[in-house]
Amino acid sequence: MHLKNDNSLFEYLVRLGDDRLILGHRLSEWCGHAPILEEDIALANIAQDCIGHATHFLNAASEVENKIKTADELTYFRDAIDYKNLLIMELPKGDFAFTIVRQFLVDSFTFLLYEKLQNSGNKFISDITTKALKEVQYHLRHSSQWVLRLGDGTELSHEKTQNALNILWLYTNEMFESDEIENSPSLKNFITKSSDLESEWENKVISHLQNATLKIPEMQTNYLSGGRRGIHTEHLGHLLSEMQIVARTYPGAKW
Amino acid sequence: MVTVETETIQQIYNLLKTISDPEIPTVSITDLGLVRNVEFINNKVIVTITPTYSACPAMHFIEREIINTLQLNLFENVEVKINLNPAWSTDWVTKEGKIKLKESGIAPPLPIINKVEFKQNTITCPYCNSNKTILKSEFGSTACKSFYFCEDCLTPFDYFKPI
Repeated sequence: MHLKNDNSLFEYLVRLGDDRLILGHRLSEWCGHAPILEEDIALANIAQDCIGHATHFLNAASEVENKIKTADELTYFRDAIDYKNLLIMELPKGDFAFTIVRQFLVDSFTFLLYEKLQNSGNKFISDITTKALKEVQYHLRHSSQWVLRLGDGTELSHEKTQNALNILWLYTNEMFESDEIENSPSLKNFITKSSDLESEWENKVISHLQNATLKIPEMQTNYLSGGRRGIHTEHLGHLLSEMQIVARTYPGAKW
Repeated sequence: MVTVETETIQQIYNLLKTISDPEIPTVSITDLGLVRNVEFINNKVIVTITPTYSACPAMHFIEREIINTLQLNLFENVEVKINLNPAWSTDWVTKEGKIKLKESGIAPPLPIINKVEFKQNTITCPYCNSNKTILKSEFGSTACKSFYFCEDCLTPFDYFKPI
């Protein structure tokens, strides 16, 4: 059963899609620049998976809105304010430690989320996440192993990883904010509220970071959020200008 | 009882067997288990396929190949459906497919028990059959492969990773 013209469902699919699209784009920036060849290939592979998930989610969003806009139009012709990804996805790629810590925090979240969503009563959501979950398992294993290696590695790798964690931790709270879209009655049987994932995520992530000899930053109030409402950091605009320029300069171009 | 329809479907399957995976040309799309269903209703052929990975870049190419191959063989009305669920598994690669993978220098996927387990199994080198191999990276030349190295014949090779 496919619900048509349901705004909450559209909005939710766009969020899922934008998270993968923006993260995938950030990862693709490593192509040709990673510290070793194997990682260059790995990060490009993971980027490709993320863009694949985004394509499926945004195609589904387009279907829900009776194809008013195609997935390509959603990707190339929306401005930052209409993007609904979490802020953590859009932060610049930073150094290798930063990218790996972000992947670990996000992979852990995505894994738990898709594990729940694969049983969704909505066919779009269950089909896409069932498929994607298999790939995310590999991503999570990759980033988990690197966090151990870097955190519990040399003095320098430890320092870089801890610095990355100190910054990224500020953006983790946003993953678990359940707003009116997640609470809308029409999504009730289709989704798992992200706030329900928080304690499991925390347990898993914190124990792994501690195994990697990293210190969990102590923060109470200064978490950052806004992405789900279209309020972004400056970085997203720069990312979009690069990603969208060809499609906007030559509208309708095919290759 | 063999009906005309089952014969036609068998004929279509035989044609699909001739279509290669564009990234691993020695293996056909049926060997890889990408063809999930074939229907023949009111002179229309409906082929359901599934991607190996969410972003498999070969899907549209395969879709075109299916339509072209069937149309050349006088099935004019062909539709290709792409289905994500149930998600493709390396357990669907046929025995024949696994032999062909090995022959083209790709270690075939080990069977999955229950769900994807991440224990380090011994992967046999497809070139010299040595078990002295090491995992270099879980992500290889394409989304579906990881990258190994054989310490006996000193050859790098791909392993079709279980999913």
